[in-house]
Amino acid sequence: MTVSSLPATDLETGHRLDFLLVADMVEPGSRVLDIGCGDGSLLGILRDRRGVDGRGIEISREGVNACLAKGLPVIQGDADTDLADYPDDAFDYVILSQTIQATRQPRVVLEHLLRIGRRAIVSFPNFGHWRVRFDLGFRGRMPMTENLPYSWYDTPNIHFCTIRDFVELCREVGAQMEKAVALNAGGQPIRVTLPWWAWNLLGDQGVFLLKRR
Amino acid sequence: MMSFAPLSSEPRSQVDDPSSLVMRFGAHEPLMMDAGIALAPWQIAYQTYGTLNADKSNAVLICHALTGDQHVANDNPVTGKPGWWLTMVGPGKPVDTNRFFVICANVIGGCMGTTGPASTDPAAGRPYALDFPVVTIRDMVRAQAALIDKLGIESLFCVVGGSMGGMQVLQWAASYSTRVFAALPIATAARHSAQNIAFHEVGRQAVMADPEWRGGRYLIEGTRPSKGLAVARMGAHITYLSEMALHRKFGRNFQDRAAPTFSFDADFQIESYLRYQGISFVERFDANSYLYVTRAMDYFDIAAEHGGSLAKAFKGSATRFCLISFTSDWLFPTSDSRAIVHALNAAAASVGFVEVESDKGHDAFLLEEPEMFAAVRGFIDAAARVRGIA
Repeated sequence: MTVSSLPATDLETGHRLDFLLVADMVEPGSRVLDIGCGDGSLLGILRDRRGVDGRGIEISREGVNACLAKGLPVIQGDADTDLADYPDDAFDYVILSQTIQATRQPRVVLEHLLRIGRRAIVSFPNFGHWRVRFDLGFRGRMPMTENLPYSWYDTPNIHFCTIRDFVELCREVGAQMEKAVALNAGGQPIRVTLPWWAWNLLGDQGVFLLKRR
Repeated sequence: MMSFAPLSSEPRSQVDDPSSLVMRFGAHEPLMMDAGIALAPWQIAYQTYGTLNADKSNAVLICHALTGDQHVANDNPVTGKPGWWLTMVGPGKPVDTNRFFVICANVIGGCMGTTGPASTDPAAGRPYALDFPVVTIRDMVRAQAALIDKLGIESLFCVVGGSMGGMQVLQWAASYSTRVFAALPIATAARHSAQNIAFHEVGRQAVMADPEWRGGRYLIEGTRPSKGLAVARMGAHITYLSEMALHRKFGRNFQDRAAPTFSFDADFQIESYLRYQGISFVERFDANSYLYVTRAMDYFDIAAEHGGSLAKAFKGSATRFCLISFTSDWLFPTSDSRAIVHALNAAAASVGFVEVESDKGHDAFLLEEPEMFAAVRGFIDAAARVRGIA
């Protein structure tokens, strides 16, 4: 199996396709909290393209320093412990991009997202993707893909789920799915006419726009 | 036994007539102090670096810590040592004097040319001593604001400071939010903790227990409570370091000997280091000033000014904040910075925060810490772009 080392990007702008998709879900001019914002790439896109008043939380010092250098207000913190301090309805959108699988309590984190933001956008690597199933089912190895580039022994990811698992969790916490998109390994949306089981099999990652019910 | 260097010939020369710029305020321009006293006349000593641009938008105010002074980026006239934040402030440094007009003033209650307990009370013709009103952080900031007014600067691009300087930064942002574009409080807290008040009290009691202190009238009576002040400094100095830093630097090593002397000489390197710190401190600092500035920190509690809510102090603030703490700082631990960050978040303010990994304790903010420099440079450069400063 070949594993590309970089996430799919837009050739013109160099922005990650999944970030552009997320940015399109955000109303221009809104207030956004990006949890696990890394080096601030998504926040930068949101600021420059959507005129968003963005804030970030990032656990790594390098990430925070990169954000500060871009003029992005980002604090060093941990999604598992810090979200409790944010007041209700503090943001229009709370984004959790490729981070939920690294949290200790994904359900609690998701509940906080829906409390702090009027809407939540969650993207995550789909553990139900056929390549993952192939690695585990036929090769008998823990899978590694561009979205899951870690060996099993040093991965920060501790709570993998499939698209179907996540849909079930949304139902349990009472989140309404306003939009749900599966992206293939090339970062392109999978045709909406396909049934759920196909998304779960072909989707490299899932991106969900959620609202409190 | 402790021994001390002989007193310098004229210890008060820097108090009334400092080797720096001084702004003087006359009888009709009193400083209204929290203690309810209108102090007049009064003066504030300061230094500037770089050039104020045409629209006066590039002024950076540096706030010094407890025993610092205005000599942030030039040789200190008393000690002859380099400026206390030369790593941070200068041409091409994170606070770049090629781009910014940097101002650093000695705090009110200090002893380096700003009116304080060692200054001559013009009404009495002798030093104020304990007749000087008790000072608060807000008084310090009020005095700085008066200076900034006199310099014709409406709005500061950035206010920066660590420790007590960080308290002043927070107070600036709370009292004059529209005059502060960016605020950079480092290794600080929005209120002084009980533990820190306790340490300060030990220091003050050491000063006051020195028989040479004479009820604070030592300058008038021609004595000097050097031993008490040195002990206060020794105690305080321990709180600025960390166990790891002390261990790495000194361990249990002996000083100039192979075995213990079975006496109370400074057998250990750490003892002789602390004695040196104490002795060199009394040569540059006034004992009563030490009482006043430590008290100012003790009284500091921004939330208390706003009905117990720290968020209220920053509500509606357009200031861009960046906070920095250090992992081994136990005097102003990261939790103190986080409390401020939470309040700023709750107040919907723009805030960045980074905890720098360091084993150097509270003093880390004065030392070579590349991560801190990177954060400061990144934050200031980004803010300067938004502010349109070349």
